[in-house]
Amino acid sequence: MRYWFPYPLLSLSLLALWLLINQSISAGHILLGSALGISWAWIMVNLQPDKTRLRKIRRIAVLTGHVATDVFRSNLAVMGVILRGSSRPANSGFVTIDISLRDDNALAMLSCILTATPGTAWLEFDRQTGVLMIHVLDIENGERWSDLIKRRYEGPLKEIFE
Amino acid sequence: MSHLTDLPVWAAIPVCLLLLTGSAITLIGSLGLIRLKTFYARLHAPTLGSSAGIILICLASMIAFAVLQNRWIFHEVLIVIFVVLTTPVTLMLLGQSALYRDRIEGSIDVPRKTTREEPDLSALDI
Repeated sequence: MRYWFPYPLLSLSLLALWLLINQSISAGHILLGSALGISWAWIMVNLQPDKTRLRKIRRIAVLTGHVATDVFRSNLAVMGVILRGSSRPANSGFVTIDISLRDDNALAMLSCILTATPGTAWLEFDRQTGVLMIHVLDIENGERWSDLIKRRYEGPLKEIFE
Repeated sequence: MSHLTDLPVWAAIPVCLLLLTGSAITLIGSLGLIRLKTFYARLHAPTLGSSAGIILICLASMIAFAVLQNRWIFHEVLIVIFVVLTTPVTLMLLGQSALYRDRIEGSIDVPRKTTREEPDLSALDI
């Protein structure tokens, strides 16, 4: 079973993608989408990505909620900074965080989250030392930011992926 | 899309609100490119458009075409997913090249590259 369907989750999401793009759930499209999903999963085998198992699916919902509220709040904050302009310039700076995540997919997720929230930009991650450097637009104090990211994102991602 | 006039009022109001807020946020983000002073600060400005802007505009599009064509429409979700997945790539590319240039030029505003703990040689200096 594992041999014929190397990445079942990938095949399923490719099928969902195919149906969404074609906007139909007719039998023909389901058949074609499944065939494409399975064959693309075979191509993935040759690329040899890191296999990760998702654990604690329930945590994903909590994390999504946190990310949504943070995206909303940081959008407002960054808009405030831009509109305020030069009268009261933002105190921006670099923050370094020790990250204990090592899983590639978890790190990719973290980079998507940090980029999607305006106000934090992922700059550099050192795989050897595990130090992540981000740039924060409106920094109040560095400790609070690194604490926030560790507690709010890194913890749940570690539980989900590792 | 001349049949947009067919949109009933109860749907047109939320669609307009979402579309206008979304594009206003994107516009503010683009204004940030002019108003913010340093390169690293300017990195943050366009992400307004790629997060809240795109979500609101896609939501408006979903509602408008769902009402017009009388069926559920979800494929705008794909646009959001693809944009969120691909923005880190460009952002990291820009950020890392700026970091590299600043470090080569020996700028003091940029933190040095963190290296592994090395034995402190200055203490041995007699």
